[in-house]
Amino acid sequence: MSALGREAGRVAAVAWKDLTAERRTKANFNSVVFLATLTLLLFGFALGPDAEALRAAAAGIVWLTVLFSGVLTFNRSYQLELEGGAFETLLLYPGERRSIFIGKVVANLAFVLLVEAIVVPLAAVLFGLPLLGPFPGLAGVLLLGTIGFVTLGTFYAAMASRMRAREVLLPLLLFPMLVPVLLASVQSTKLVLDGDPMGNFTNWIAMLLLFDLIFFIAAVWAFDHVIED
Amino acid sequence: MAIASTEPAARSATRRRFAWLNWVGGIGFAAFLASQIFGIATSPPEIGMGHLQKIMYVHLPVVWNGFIAIFIVLVMSTVYLFTRREKHDLLAASAAEIGTVLIGLTLVVGSIWAKPTWGVWWTWDPRLTSTAVLFVIFVGYLALRAFTEDIDRRARWSAAVGILGALNVPIVYMSVRWWRTIHQVQSSPSTVDPSYVLSLRANAIAFLILLIYFIGRRYQAAVLERERERLAEEAALR
Repeated sequence: MSALGREAGRVAAVAWKDLTAERRTKANFNSVVFLATLTLLLFGFALGPDAEALRAAAAGIVWLTVLFSGVLTFNRSYQLELEGGAFETLLLYPGERRSIFIGKVVANLAFVLLVEAIVVPLAAVLFGLPLLGPFPGLAGVLLLGTIGFVTLGTFYAAMASRMRAREVLLPLLLFPMLVPVLLASVQSTKLVLDGDPMGNFTNWIAMLLLFDLIFFIAAVWAFDHVIED
Repeated sequence: MAIASTEPAARSATRRRFAWLNWVGGIGFAAFLASQIFGIATSPPEIGMGHLQKIMYVHLPVVWNGFIAIFIVLVMSTVYLFTRREKHDLLAASAAEIGTVLIGLTLVVGSIWAKPTWGVWWTWDPRLTSTAVLFVIFVGYLALRAFTEDIDRRARWSAAVGILGALNVPIVYMSVRWWRTIHQVQSSPSTVDPSYVLSLRANAIAFLILLIYFIGRRYQAAVLERERERLAEEAALR
């Protein structure tokens, strides 16, 4: 088997392990989905009841809901192993350590996309958004925005999860970094939902792609230095 | 007892090592005073904002030097990850602290200027907004340093966070600019009259000398802090 194939195998093994642990308990998934639902309702109460205003704000509401609820998953992705003393063992396995990081990114990506698969239709119902028409564009935007979010979330959680103040520190480190992702995702979601007379959609998608690429490479490179011990 | 007798020795050695900083500081403060007085005395009131324009002599030098400090964080953090020498970590941390203060000061002084000029304390202008984002990114960097107790870990982690944070600066700026131009509101007037240029340059240089002084002093304090941590560790193991 080629070196790349072996690495892909390691990535898949780490991702599968994380997803299996989650699938068997569902503790995290249930609470994150519940929090997301609650957040959508709270935004509705805070900004409603004017249906037009809610609809106009819907793209921003959906993305903030994803960020606020999704951020809860990243620390947990390391904490289970740290508490069980399994992380050291994981590091001892042969092969590049970046496979651990990429595997965790894949698992977290699957997790957050699943949460979105519930949150977005729910938001469509609550705020009166069209869902079927713009589906391909919407799915693409959600995927690209979530990749950037999850890459940095998984990276910063590698540090934050090992600290006492982890619940505060992770959003403090992560959210300022996500400003370009938030802007690009919300704007392109709006353009998908409301139409794009000025042809700005491709610019925002290009920005998401650029962000994802730069920070994926940077995070994979920096991860080696972060988990050295 | 062992700590009490060694600490002053470390301190006086550090003081000798950083004696040159006194000169930098003296020259910096003198240059700062001179160029501020020169700027206030010689520049004519601006047509639109009158003497309010003098804020420029603090605002622009502060923001330029803030960005220089952030650039130093990027360089020193990268160098640290390759060399693993304590010096580079402490320099990055010192530059980050001074840079965060300068960027914060930029926002405050900018707001004070904006209120009488634009009529609002804050506007979602691309430069303002991306400066604010830069500020919170580096507040995060400082929080990470403050919360991480292990010295080696703190150095590696904050280097990674510093590099990613600095990398994000142009992307944040670009994204906020697109966001604004799509909603098009205003462009900020950035042309400077020739009668202000000399004072502006003099102030920028004075602030640059002060930047070197502040980072140097912070670095000196960081060296001492590190020495204290090491002694405390030694005493705990004894």
